[in-house]
Amino acid sequence: MMSREVDRRQFLRTGLNSAAAIALGGAAGAAAVRGSGGDTVWQLDPEKCVQCGRCATECVLKPSAVKCVHAHDVCGYCELCGGYHQPYVKELNTAAENQLCPVAAIKRTWVEDPYYEYTIDEDLCIGCGVCVKGCGSFGNGSLYLQVRHDRCVNCNECAIAKACPADAFKRVPAKHPYILKGEQGRTQPIEEGGEKA
Amino acid sequence: MIRRAAAILAFLVATAIPSAAVERFPKPEFETGYTMPGTLTPPPRADILENLDVAVLAGAIALASWIVLKRRSRRETFWLMLFCLLYFGFWRKGCVCPVGSVQNVSLALADRSYVIPYAVVASFFLPLLAALFFGRTFCAAVCPLGAIQDIVLLRPLKVPSGIACILGMIPVVYLAASVVMAVTGSRFIICRYDPFVGFFRLGGPAYMMAAGALLLLLGTVIGRPYCRFICPYSVLLGWASKIARRHVTITPDECVQCRLCEESCPFGAILMPLPKKAPEPRVSGRRRLVLLFALLPVVAAASGWIGARVSAAWSRSHATVATAEAVLLEDRAGLEGVTIETETYRKSGLTRAALMQAADLVRDRYVVWGALAGVFVGLAFWARLYEFSVRRRRDDYVPDRETCVSCARCFEYCPKERQKDTGAEAGS
Ligand code: SF4
Ligand code: SF4
Ligand code: SF4
Ligand code: SF4
Repeated sequence: MMSREVDRRQFLRTGLNSAAAIALGGAAGAAAVRGSGGDTVWQLDPEKCVQCGRCATECVLKPSAVKCVHAHDVCGYCELCGGYHQPYVKELNTAAENQLCPVAAIKRTWVEDPYYEYTIDEDLCIGCGVCVKGCGSFGNGSLYLQVRHDRCVNCNECAIAKACPADAFKRVPAKHPYILKGEQGRTQPIEEGGEKA
Repeated sequence: MIRRAAAILAFLVATAIPSAAVERFPKPEFETGYTMPGTLTPPPRADILENLDVAVLAGAIALASWIVLKRRSRRETFWLMLFCLLYFGFWRKGCVCPVGSVQNVSLALADRSYVIPYAVVASFFLPLLAALFFGRTFCAAVCPLGAIQDIVLLRPLKVPSGIACILGMIPVVYLAASVVMAVTGSRFIICRYDPFVGFFRLGGPAYMMAAGALLLLLGTVIGRPYCRFICPYSVLLGWASKIARRHVTITPDECVQCRLCEESCPFGAILMPLPKKAPEPRVSGRRRLVLLFALLPVVAAASGWIGARVSAAWSRSHATVATAEAVLLEDRAGLEGVTIETETYRKSGLTRAALMQAADLVRDRYVVWGALAGVFVGLAFWARLYEFSVRRRRDDYVPDRETCVSCARCFEYCPKERQKDTGAEAGS
């Protein structure tokens, strides 16, 4: 009597086990078939970004993995830079009180009269986007924010993505991990990644 | 000087144009042979390493299964666990882990447009497949979340089984909630409220670090509190383990009911022998079963209804719904752009109707998925009830396949195990 009950339960268990294994394989297969499967990373679309400042505060890394980058071929090399200088600045020099960047991460170097080159020190930049806003409203919009993949740990769900008011973040194929401005952006094909529209 | 004045003039003119990304200033023509630097594009981690992670995961699970089932060695389990804690935890920063991959997989199944990397599918699938064959060997030594709790365990106290059983339902609710949040595209709450990933990254938001510290502190006296009373993946692993083909046994041989292992499990996963109850009259047993099955649709309907209601309220956590509601509030109060979200919406030029329609769509999805999740939770509760009412006789001390994490601690308490060990030594 006892052994028959045990046999029956054993049989039931094996049957259930096989059914579960098949179901599991089916679910995994379906999930894999639906996706393209390649690896993806997070990136922000500079055209959507409104420079809310959350890139600096929401990233799980401190300082943020988002940094300002510069498309030099879009830049006007202006002596008075909307991204570098405080508005209504009197003296066009590198004095700290004239700078927009809270951490003085932008280097201003003279190229030739009257052009100045602006480069970002990514070790200092906190990704606040203040310069981006300045450059976008008073300049050519050559400064913009990007997730830097040498720093980003590629969270399963990017903390900034969920906080971004402009829905600027999306997953992009790891093969094309940047959404660049300027000539580089045109030559590098930008494919839709994780979340296709 | 003249060029400089011209530049400033151009600047003043340009400021009057409100739009971004226009070429207000022409590209300069350099005379000194200056070349423009390009934008550096440091690449992300290579695909190949992602595959390596999957291989290490598969290898570690296989090794763990072999160690607990064949080698029956706690010490080897411990070393493997330490390795996995370092590899998956501190080196790979605990992301993406099988626990969180539940969300990716459910989102991929619900939303065709979501692309899920193969590595994530594998990390969801492998531990469950292993559990179907060998029990929760993934939990024993591979999961970094389990490992970090396991190593802080100092002096386990017993959680009364009634309380443990009630708290043990939390993971079911958590699983249901996280699937609803994932498939509606709201957020991955398992990742957001993962208490230990902050330790792995050596830094994180204060709430995360505090929750993690609290759990680890609790974990010194209560074995693996996250695993037992929170982890949503443990539900699936537990069910798979319940019907596993093989599972660890406390004794390598035959149980002699010496009771030595009774208190050895820090997770309260050892079931004691149950004497057969005084034979119950058949009728009353049958009546109880009939009642139970009559209850089934009631439980399912009620929990489905609750799930739908709760989810409807919860839809506010979705960005679209939140923005839509905030915009309505602003309209009513005659304000504009109180939050960055509403300001961004107002600038985007999307019509009010389109926004409201999008919000309604999200709300509908919440209600449907909420109802399904509710039914799921209800069925899980019912199954627990069913289990209680059809207690079978049990002769030996056995691990509870659902909650046992195959940590291999209890083995050495068994006199038969020790006999085997000394026997082997004498033989060699
Ligand atoms: S959170 Fe979004 S809008 Fe804000 S700065 Fe970052 S990308 Fe731009
Ligand atoms: S202003 Fe902000 S975003 Fe721009 S360089 Fe400075 S820290 Fe980076
Ligand atoms: S994925 Fe993580 S590390 Fe990368 S930008 Fe987003 S929050 Fe920061
Ligand atoms: S119960 Fe969850 S957290 Fe614990 S070891 Fe298993 S999968 Fe990891």
